[in-house]
Amino acid sequence: MFDSLSEKLGAVFKKLSGKGKLSEADVDAALREVRLALLEADVNFKVVREFLARVRERAIGEEVMRSLSPAQMVVKIVNEELIKTLGEPAKIDLSGEPPHVVMLVGLQGCGKTTTAAKLALQLRKHQQKPLLVAADTRRPAAIQQIQTLGKQLDIPVHSEPISVPPPTICANAVERARDGAYSVVLLDTAGRLHIDDELMRELEEVKQKAKPQEVLLVVDAMTGQEAVRVADEFNKRVGLTGLILTKVDGDARGGAALSVRSVTGVPIKYLGVGEKPDALEAFFPDRLASRILGMGDVLTLIEKAQETLDQEKAQQAAEKLLRAQFTFEDFLEQLQQIKKMGPVSQLLGMVPGFSQIAKELPADVTDQQMKRVEAIINSMTREERQHPEILNGSRRRRIALGSGTSVQEVNQLVSQFKQMQRMMQQLKSGRGRGLFPVIPGF
Amino acid sequence: MVSLFKRSNQLKASLTKTRASFLTRLTALVAKTEVNEAFWAELEEMLIAADVGVETTIQVVEKLRVRAEQEHSRDAARVEAMLKDELLARLQVPALPPRPSATPYVVLVVGVNGSGKTTSIAKLAHYYKAQEKRVLLAAADTFRAAAIDQLKVWGERVGAEVVAHQPGADPGAVAFDAWQAARARRADVLIVDTAGRLQTKFNLMKELEKIARVLQKNDPTAPHETLLVLDAVTGQNGLQQARAFKQATPLTGLILAKLDGTAKGGIALAIAQELGVPLRFVGTGEGLDDFAEFDAREFVDGLFG
Repeated sequence: MFDSLSEKLGAVFKKLSGKGKLSEADVDAALREVRLALLEADVNFKVVREFLARVRERAIGEEVMRSLSPAQMVVKIVNEELIKTLGEPAKIDLSGEPPHVVMLVGLQGCGKTTTAAKLALQLRKHQQKPLLVAADTRRPAAIQQIQTLGKQLDIPVHSEPISVPPPTICANAVERARDGAYSVVLLDTAGRLHIDDELMRELEEVKQKAKPQEVLLVVDAMTGQEAVRVADEFNKRVGLTGLILTKVDGDARGGAALSVRSVTGVPIKYLGVGEKPDALEAFFPDRLASRILGMGDVLTLIEKAQETLDQEKAQQAAEKLLRAQFTFEDFLEQLQQIKKMGPVSQLLGMVPGFSQIAKELPADVTDQQMKRVEAIINSMTREERQHPEILNGSRRRRIALGSGTSVQEVNQLVSQFKQMQRMMQQLKSGRGRGLFPVIPGF
Repeated sequence: MVSLFKRSNQLKASLTKTRASFLTRLTALVAKTEVNEAFWAELEEMLIAADVGVETTIQVVEKLRVRAEQEHSRDAARVEAMLKDELLARLQVPALPPRPSATPYVVLVVGVNGSGKTTSIAKLAHYYKAQEKRVLLAAADTFRAAAIDQLKVWGERVGAEVVAHQPGADPGAVAFDAWQAARARRADVLIVDTAGRLQTKFNLMKELEKIARVLQKNDPTAPHETLLVLDAVTGQNGLQQARAFKQATPLTGLILAKLDGTAKGGIALAIAQELGVPLRFVGTGEGLDDFAEFDAREFVDGLFG
């Protein structure tokens, strides 16, 4: 399926090689393939539909970037929207007075107990004092499981006989945490089906009694279409504050994450990536997006194309420099490019014949120096940037004041910028090789 | 195998709760629009929603379209019948070679973490007990905390002895000893519980091969059954799971667990079709009786609940 999908996309790309703005036909052809990719990744079909409608609206009429095909452009937009929809990663909320109560909920077998232990370990690393609570009185040996994990990690576990109702156990645990100066209470509730009314009611009662500030839904990365209904039910009954996606170390594409995000709108807080207690990772939306989209090769292509685009821009700037039309505006643009690409030496190195000069430039340009130069240029008016010759004393004073630098530094930049322009002229006529001036900060 | 097992009402209910709804939905659609593009799109969505998967869905719908066109049929009931035929045909797998009637009859149960192996084993033990078989359980999940305790609790409830070593012991050794014990105690069936493992973990999959090899030292024909437990809520990854587990140790069937939720387990269609691994049992709850032999017709009806 994977291979054939890439192939199909390839075919679409070939068919649509026109440039300009994205037409409806371009967008729809590409989105058909994207739709299949998302469904293959287990994103719920309704979520896919809404998501693609949003992408479609944004994509139609968008300018196709140079060196991208329209279909690639659509995939680029899809990827960006996917990242946006997955949202920013969020940490566990530990604001306010301890003990902070964190409640873990989910279906049977999604990994709640393992996740509870992992969370406890991570919290302890951050100088918290966690208390694990065995609130699963239903599954045989569930209490032993969390006790064993607690012993292994040397984290205390609050447990009571299975005859005690879980809401009472949780309330008692919070009491104990208060007395024992525990800072975080982790409630490991029993796995349950979202349609099991009796057990969902029990969960509501746990919430009422223990007053958690975090209610985290634990979702197995291999969950299929039902993820939407599961998340929706849990959210309605107990009001979720975050998600943890587990078993991400497998090869499931994890589309459930997008489904659940779309239905609940709560942030993804962690990913479970293994059976070891420290296998809990922060979540990166871009990584998860490309995993769900499953178009790694296409995305790489798009990235490369974008790089080429930057190189083209750089070359244009360098050529301008050669023609001595080089202004402070070009210079600023270069600085911004440099931030992405590396030092100016590399930039010049791309221009035929300039590689020698490039080598003579100091490579260790620090951010601090670059920021000052940028600040000075940013404090100039547009006219000043285009015509540095009008920079008189009072203008320079104003620029120094505006950029938080000194007139001396402004003078230095301006004089060396002029020198640079002159040098360009000389270079053009074939003289002065290797005499490239060093401007402040470079 | 004659089923001595009575189907619980819950099972029936969960499998057939909305048997009528599919026909109703289709009929409504046909009455409004006849069998047009919207109709096929709706059908596609129903299949996708049941986790049947893109590829199978496209194949099935394409086939039905062709057939409907050939028959000039726009009758919803007719299309429904065709659909069911097609899905039933896909669940048919080539017959496996007859299983030897060895004693003990060894059943190896495998699956990813949290799929429901241990609970399914308890139910399977209960199922064999109902057939007057003597059952012994091997606690070869020595990795997960308290997995052994969990199996012991079930063993007590079902009335099956459990052979276990210490946590962290070699699962192969547990399986070996359990077979010896089963032989000595004249058990008819030995069910081996294994640790949950993601199919991407190379070493753990190798460990599974080793467990099978060790069992074969006792009986070259063992294991006589290797059942993969699949959580019904699993999406398209189910196919990769089945593929990888089949490669490590030849599968004789699937147990589709947790079918009492709203998930339909449609990926089992692709597993049957592509890998020739048949569905053998379904689990529909936390009770010992919430378990039954697979019935293809019930399953297909349930897909559209």
